[in-house]
Amino acid sequence: MAKASSTESGNSKQTGAGDGSPPKGEEDFALRSLQETLEKDRRFKASEEQLMHFYEQMLLIRRFEEKAGQLYGLGLIGGFCHLYIGQEAVAIGLQSALDNDRDSVITGYRDHGHMLAYGIDPNIIMAELTGRAAGISKGKGGSMHMFSTEHKFYGGHGIVGAQVALGGGLALAHQYNDDGGLCLAYFGDGAANQGQVYETMNMAALWNLPIVFVVENNQYAMGTSVKRSSAETEFYRRGTAFRIPGMDVNGMDVLEVRQAAEIAFKHVREGNGPVLMECNTYRYRGHSMSDPAKYRTREEVQGQREKNDPIERAKKDLADAGIEEDKLKEIDKEIRARIAEAADFAESSPEPEPAELYTDVLVEEY
Amino acid sequence: MAIELKMPALSPTMEEGTLAKWLVKEGDTVSAGDVLAEIETDKATMEFESIDEGTVGKILVEEGTEEVKVGTVIAILAGEDEDVSDIEAPAKSDEVQDVAGEGKDVGREPSEAGITKEKPAAKERPDDPAIPEGTNMVKLTVREALRDAMAEEMRLDERVFVMGEEVAEYQGAYKVTQGLLDEFGPKRVIDTPITEYGFAGIGTGAAMGGLRPVVEFMTFNFAMQAIDHIINSAAKTNYMSGGQMRCPVVFRGPNGAASRVGAQHSQNYGPWYASVPGLIVIAPYDAQDAKGLLKAAIRSDDPVVFLENELVYGQSFEVAQLDDHVLPIGKARIMREGSDVTIVSYSIAVGVALEAAEELAEQGIDAEVIDLRTLRPLDTETILKSLAKTNRVVIAEEGWPTCSIASEVISVCMEQGFDYLDAPVLRVCNEDVPLPYAANLEKLALIDKDRVVAACRKVTYAD
Repeated sequence: MAKASSTESGNSKQTGAGDGSPPKGEEDFALRSLQETLEKDRRFKASEEQLMHFYEQMLLIRRFEEKAGQLYGLGLIGGFCHLYIGQEAVAIGLQSALDNDRDSVITGYRDHGHMLAYGIDPNIIMAELTGRAAGISKGKGGSMHMFSTEHKFYGGHGIVGAQVALGGGLALAHQYNDDGGLCLAYFGDGAANQGQVYETMNMAALWNLPIVFVVENNQYAMGTSVKRSSAETEFYRRGTAFRIPGMDVNGMDVLEVRQAAEIAFKHVREGNGPVLMECNTYRYRGHSMSDPAKYRTREEVQGQREKNDPIERAKKDLADAGIEEDKLKEIDKEIRARIAEAADFAESSPEPEPAELYTDVLVEEY
Repeated sequence: MAIELKMPALSPTMEEGTLAKWLVKEGDTVSAGDVLAEIETDKATMEFESIDEGTVGKILVEEGTEEVKVGTVIAILAGEDEDVSDIEAPAKSDEVQDVAGEGKDVGREPSEAGITKEKPAAKERPDDPAIPEGTNMVKLTVREALRDAMAEEMRLDERVFVMGEEVAEYQGAYKVTQGLLDEFGPKRVIDTPITEYGFAGIGTGAAMGGLRPVVEFMTFNFAMQAIDHIINSAAKTNYMSGGQMRCPVVFRGPNGAASRVGAQHSQNYGPWYASVPGLIVIAPYDAQDAKGLLKAAIRSDDPVVFLENELVYGQSFEVAQLDDHVLPIGKARIMREGSDVTIVSYSIAVGVALEAAEELAEQGIDAEVIDLRTLRPLDTETILKSLAKTNRVVIAEEGWPTCSIASEVISVCMEQGFDYLDAPVLRVCNEDVPLPYAANLEKLALIDKDRVVAACRKVTYAD
């Protein structure tokens, strides 16, 4: 399980030429090699069909989350509700490159988008948000605690950063079972400052685990900007201490995310150990529904929406590929109808039976 | 189709707010994301964004209006193909329907909770499987018994593996995993760095991924760094996932006071973990129970906290030489039958209780000693049956008295056994101080036989 031994002493301390070019030591090359591959060709060559699919999926997440925000406003969704609006390209770009029969995914509490990316029925996700028996966790988990073992989606975790160590365990299981799968472990720029993230990176690198760490850097850990919380704001560099190669990815472009996923997954599947990928993205809404978002300006948010929106970008790509505007409008209409149906379902489904209070505490009887 | 814009709830507790300012006027075209209005609550001012595209038809609540109830229709948005002038304001009504934040009553029937809910009755617990007559009995230390349990389960099930600090090449910090690396190799006996939070998370995740990890903590004192994974990740997952996602992990290691290692290395976590629904907590005393219960813990589909004791590791006990002797989780064991007083205990304190019972016997007091073995679920039936017989209970616990297993047993006796009690239930625990280093002070802080004897004499009114 040990990694290749280090290169001769001297190399590792070698510095760059002082002109901003990367250091030339062999180890540094390994750490930067994936990034260099990405920089050669940043955008995935999607077929028209694939691009259309990405667009549809991102739009599904956006409309779902808008509706969830609306239902929250109506009091149908309680507690915390963290929306994924603005970050859609990250989940779609990455998950579209997975091998769904083998690979596992785990994320934090901003999890609706990742579930939708699997094609999990929006009805049962929305019904979980409204706390109904038909919800994917029988209404007992809520927005932050949703799972689908059928899809190898392991949640949905409410403790910031905990999913990273758990993801390390899923990766260990892939390696142990020699099933060829990898674990995709998402976390935010806030979680990136949790100690257990680095404990996990250390063991993942030490044991050569098949895991891709994905920092969804949406620029704010709740109300604290990365500049105010992080000594090193280039999160993709943070694996360096563990000899984990990093990738700096535009998380607002689904084709770039997909391209990065191809490169990272190949590296991991070839038995080279973990990869740390930073996807720079932006959440349009507050941290959760009850966040007034006073820590940033309206102009900043509007600027991202207008100039950097992942769905608009995909739309433009589709237009360039000759897809008629009418067709996209038709898709939007269908998705709106699909989401309206999910909302109706979530609103009209019954609450869990009172007896459900006592079920699922333990698996076995003692 | 015209869309009604309702006063939104901006937090889980908001019931009403002030419509501070409209940022659009009737006839304006808006698209998704445009700010329509500013809404103030006592905590914050929030921007109310449009979710849909359309034209602002009618504004129904003027800006500056206070105490607007959540759910009130504040404006009407006309869809793409509609004429604004066609829109009718809804009939004015003071009655607000579908009020959010007031019990989440939209589209729901009032809950019958409290009337129909019924806690399922506890299952009758099986007794220990009988040891066939003529079975060879061997002397084993608790340390060896634990190792044998792991080795047997690893032979039976490929998914079982052991991880922790110094478990492999060093053969275990307390030599509990001695020989496992040789037999099972580094894939299944994994040395971890000193990184409890991290490897507890990895072990928990591996269990979620279908393996059966046995995570060793060098001592449970260090598991405090990892307690988030034990409780938030392992214990709650099955419930939160509606029974979808299991977490069959065993967290094991020495617990409680060792000897002269000071306060940070001397603590009994039994009551901490036993308070958490979703966990199984086992704290055996002798070698036979340690082996049979660790085997059961590894086979359980639930997360188990398995609390051992360093001072007991080296003690030898008779163990039946059987291929596969698995003991039932949740079943206490009567270590010594008696009729005058019941001493309830677990882990190392069982030894203290047995010594006390010997001395009491010499004084003409016949004590029954119960080893709880499992702290969660607690075998209340065995406690109450014994109470019904002796009418007196003393709890001997090597741990702090406040919010202890003793406290719990006292509650059980009060709530379910009050009529049987002939004396108040007494607890004999450690002193309520961090464990001191000095030999004399340490001795004073820990429970001992004399205090258990004194308590038993008190409840039997012997003095």
